[in-house]
Amino acid sequence: MGLLAFFKRQPKTASIAKERLRIIVAQERSQRGGPDYLPLLRRELLEVIRKYVNVDPDAIVVTVEKEDGHEVLELSVALPEKNAQPAG
Amino acid sequence: MTEIIVVTSGKGGVGKTTTSASLSCGLARRGKKVAVIDFDIGLRNLDLVMGCERRVVYDFVNVIHGDCTLKQALIKDKRLDSLFILAASQTRDKDALSVEGVKKVLDELTEDGFDYIICDSPAGIEKGAHLAMYFADRAIVVVNPEVSSVRDSDRILGLLASKTQKAEKGEGSVKEHLLLTRYSPRRVAAGEMMSVDDVKEILGIDVIGVIPESPDVLSASNAGTPVILQENSDAARAYEDAVGRLLGETIPLRFLEEPKKGFFARVFGG
Ligand SMILES: Nc1ncnc2c1ncn2[C@@H]1O[C@H](COP(=O)(O)OP(=O)(O)O)[C@@H](O)[C@H]1O
Ligand SMILES: [Mg+2]
Repeated sequence: MGLLAFFKRQPKTASIAKERLRIIVAQERSQRGGPDYLPLLRRELLEVIRKYVNVDPDAIVVTVEKEDGHEVLELSVALPEKNAQPAG
Repeated sequence: MTEIIVVTSGKGGVGKTTTSASLSCGLARRGKKVAVIDFDIGLRNLDLVMGCERRVVYDFVNVIHGDCTLKQALIKDKRLDSLFILAASQTRDKDALSVEGVKKVLDELTEDGFDYIICDSPAGIEKGAHLAMYFADRAIVVVNPEVSSVRDSDRILGLLASKTQKAEKGEGSVKEHLLLTRYSPRRVAAGEMMSVDDVKEILGIDVIGVIPESPDVLSASNAGTPVILQENSDAARAYEDAVGRLLGETIPLRFLEEPKKGFFARVFGG
């Protein structure tokens, strides 16, 4: 193993921390100040979707964005890889 | 003009009380009239860090309930003439504080001509933390370079922007500053700890101080002498710099790098 590979072996944990925080903070900020029903709406949507597809809780992202003066409710669902079983 | 400053964080154990004690001493040492209030109802601690625990007769809740006057409850610091401490109550009743009660005390301190009122917030985002920040003009958000502390700080920033008197009444906004503490330049250099710039970039607010991880903080709290009063301590110098910045001075950050070993230490090992 070369010297460079030795030093590169492990990614520095500080940069992993920073990247994880960047994502979670952005996500939490986008929900902040939005309507209070968002978390509940998200949970109920998850239940409905799970009747058809088995998605992970973090596969659903609900945000409210301001666009030219009006608010847009944005819903995105990441579907699982093929051959996932319908839930219960 | 009285300025109300909340020292807050969300997460517990990050250094709020240590910071409240040192900043209030630093301001008083520069001749400002300062009151520092412990909002951590049920978990009184500021008195110990300030070294006045045996002189607490009345507390914050006693004043609010009218059991005593504010003058009777304010403990005058033995070292600094213009510094006063208001201890937290040890009641288990979390509802002992109210918005009206807190306002009454802050108004009276303002009338008495205090320059600064430092509010040492409890951890969490519940009532106590909310009341500590509600009337603030400025907030010092204490953060450790560590994931959960940074995330909690961001939630606190959200609350400062929405759940304070200034936000609710549309009277401008609470001025926000970051204070990084327990900073280890050695671990930052090794890539094991996020740097000041990393944290600043994630949270997007200005940095009023960086306090190094230091054994002096423990010896200071053992002795009941806020660390800023210790001589020959980098943590003390870093807090003193933060006090200067709070007063509007431009002072570059220091102690961000590991002290370089001198020539002899390098040659002979040290
Ligand atoms: N710069 C520092 N270096 C080393 N230890 C520290 C530092 N700042 C705070 N501590 C320690 O961290 C612990 C929590 O500090 P404290 O001020 O009580 O936090 P909080 O009020 O946020 O709960 C204490 O044991 C304190 O001595
Ligand atoms: Mg505390």
